[in-house]
Amino acid sequence: MSSFLYGIKQGIKNVFRNRLFSLASIGTITACLFIFGIFYCMVMNFQHIFSEVETTVGVTVFFDEGVEEDQILDIKSQIEKQDEVDNVHYTSADEAWKEYKEKAFPDTDQNILTNLDNDNPLASSASLEVYLKDAAMQQDLVDYIKGIDGVRSVNASKSVADSFASFGRLLSYVSLAIIVILVGVAVFLISNTVMIGITVRHEEIAIMKYLGATDFFVRAPFLIEGMLIGLIGSLIPVCVLKVLYEKVVSFMTTEFTSLSRFMTFLPSGEIFRVLIPISLIIGLGIGFIGSYVTLIKHIRV
Amino acid sequence: MIALDQVTKTYPGDVKALKGISLRIKKGEFVFVVGQSGSGKTTLFKLLLKEMEPTSGTIYINNKNLGRLRRRRVPKLRRGIGVVFQDFRLLKDRNVYENIAFAQQVVGAPNRLIKKNVMAMLKLVGLPDKAKSYPNELSGGEQQRVALARALVNNPPLLLADEPTGNLDPKNSWEIMKLLEAINMRGTTVVVVTHNKEIVERMQKRVITMSEGEIISDERKGGYIYE
Repeated sequence: MSSFLYGIKQGIKNVFRNRLFSLASIGTITACLFIFGIFYCMVMNFQHIFSEVETTVGVTVFFDEGVEEDQILDIKSQIEKQDEVDNVHYTSADEAWKEYKEKAFPDTDQNILTNLDNDNPLASSASLEVYLKDAAMQQDLVDYIKGIDGVRSVNASKSVADSFASFGRLLSYVSLAIIVILVGVAVFLISNTVMIGITVRHEEIAIMKYLGATDFFVRAPFLIEGMLIGLIGSLIPVCVLKVLYEKVVSFMTTEFTSLSRFMTFLPSGEIFRVLIPISLIIGLGIGFIGSYVTLIKHIRV
Repeated sequence: MIALDQVTKTYPGDVKALKGISLRIKKGEFVFVVGQSGSGKTTLFKLLLKEMEPTSGTIYINNKNLGRLRRRRVPKLRRGIGVVFQDFRLLKDRNVYENIAFAQQVVGAPNRLIKKNVMAMLKLVGLPDKAKSYPNELSGGEQQRVALARALVNNPPLLLADEPTGNLDPKNSWEIMKLLEAINMRGTTVVVVTHNKEIVERMQKRVITMSEGEIISDERKGGYIYE
C-alpha cells in the first residue's frame, strides 16, 4: 500500500518537476480531444438531423397492372420484414385518385370528377410508401424491391439520401484521420516527457535498483505521471466544450428561429453523457500507452 | 555467504575482466578486495549485484545460484545486499531522514516502522541530530555515514562497499572503517573494495588481492601487498 501511495505522490511531483514538457503534452492532448469533441458534437447532431430527415425520405413502389390488393398487401408485409425498413404505408388506387383530385383540382367542384370515380384513371396507381431507418441503406432496399414479382417501378429520392449518408461518412472519416494523427503526436510527446523524466532522475532510479526496487516500484511514478497528464488533457477540453456547446446551441436557437423548424440540436446532457467518459478513457489511454512504451524500453531492474 | 566458481567475464572486444576466479566468503566475515584499476574489482562488484551476467562460471549468494535466478527475483536478492559507493549517491533534493527512509519505501515497509528504523540507523552511524539536514550541508564523512545508514536500514546480511573512503580524509576514513567493523560485529558480512593501503594495513582483516582479472593472493590477516 505504501508503495502504491509513493507511486502516486511521486507521479504528481514528476508532472510539476517537468513543467514545460508536461504542459506541452497536456496541450496536445487537449487539442486532440477538443477537435475530437467538436467533430463528435457535429456528427451526433448531423445524425440526429439526418434521422429526422430520413423518416421523411421514402421509397415509393408502384405495381404492374392487374396486381390485386391482396397481393400488394403480401408484398407490403414482405417489405416490412426488412431490417432497414421503419414503416410501410399503403395507398390504394382509390385513395391515390382522391388525393390527386384534392391536390390537382382544389378549387373545382369535386362532383364534376365524381363521374370518373367508377372508372378510376389511376386504377393501377396503388402504391406503397416505404420509410427507412437509415438512409444509407436505401439503394439495397430499392434493389431488393425491384426484384419482387409484380413491382412495376420504384421511385426513390436517391440524391437526397445519398448526399446525407455520404456527408455523414465524410465527416466521420475526416474526424477519424485528424484524431489518429493527433493521438500519435500526443503519444510521442508523452513518451518524450517520460523519457526526460527518466534522464533527469537516472541517479535516483539507479539507487532504487541497488536498494532492491521492483520494476513496478520504479515505473509506477512515471506511469502515474503519464496518466495524470492524459487525465488533465482530457478534462480541459470536455469542460470547455460543454460550456461552448451550450452557448452555441442557445445562440443558434434564439438567433436563428427559422432554423429550428427543420433543425433541432441534441441536448448537451445527451452529448456529454457519452463524450465525457470517451474523452477520459482516450486521455488516460494516451497517457498510459505513451509512458508504458517508454518505460518498457528504458527501465528494467 | 558468497561463493564464486571459475567465474570469467569477457567484455566486447575480447577484454577479459575476470579470468576464472574462485573464492569463498563465509557469513560474518570482513573482507578487503584490493587491486589496481582494471584489476576486475568493479566487475566482481557488479556480478555480485547481478547487474550483469558472468561469461562463464557460477556465483552463489546465500546458497542461491545467481545464474538461475529469475529476473523478477533480482530485487529480492538486492534487498539482502547493502551497497555503499565512493561518491555516496545520496539524493540531493531530499534530507537525511528522507534519504534513509527511501530505502524502506522501496521495499514497501509500513510508515510506522520507517520512522523507528531510520532514527535507529541515524543513532548507529552517529548522526541522530542531522535528520533534517540536506546532503550538501554535510561533510564527506557525514554523507558516507548517511549512505551507510541507508544501506543498512533494511537489515541486509551482506554489505558491499565500493571504495567507501575514496573521497574522505584519513580521519574520516578511519571512522568509517571503525563503523564498518562495528556493523560487522553485529553479524553483517562486510566486503570492502578499496585502494586505501593505510587502512587495509591497520585493520588486519582478510585481504583478497586482484590483478588483471585474477586473484593473486588471499590472506587471512593480510596487508596491502600490491604496490
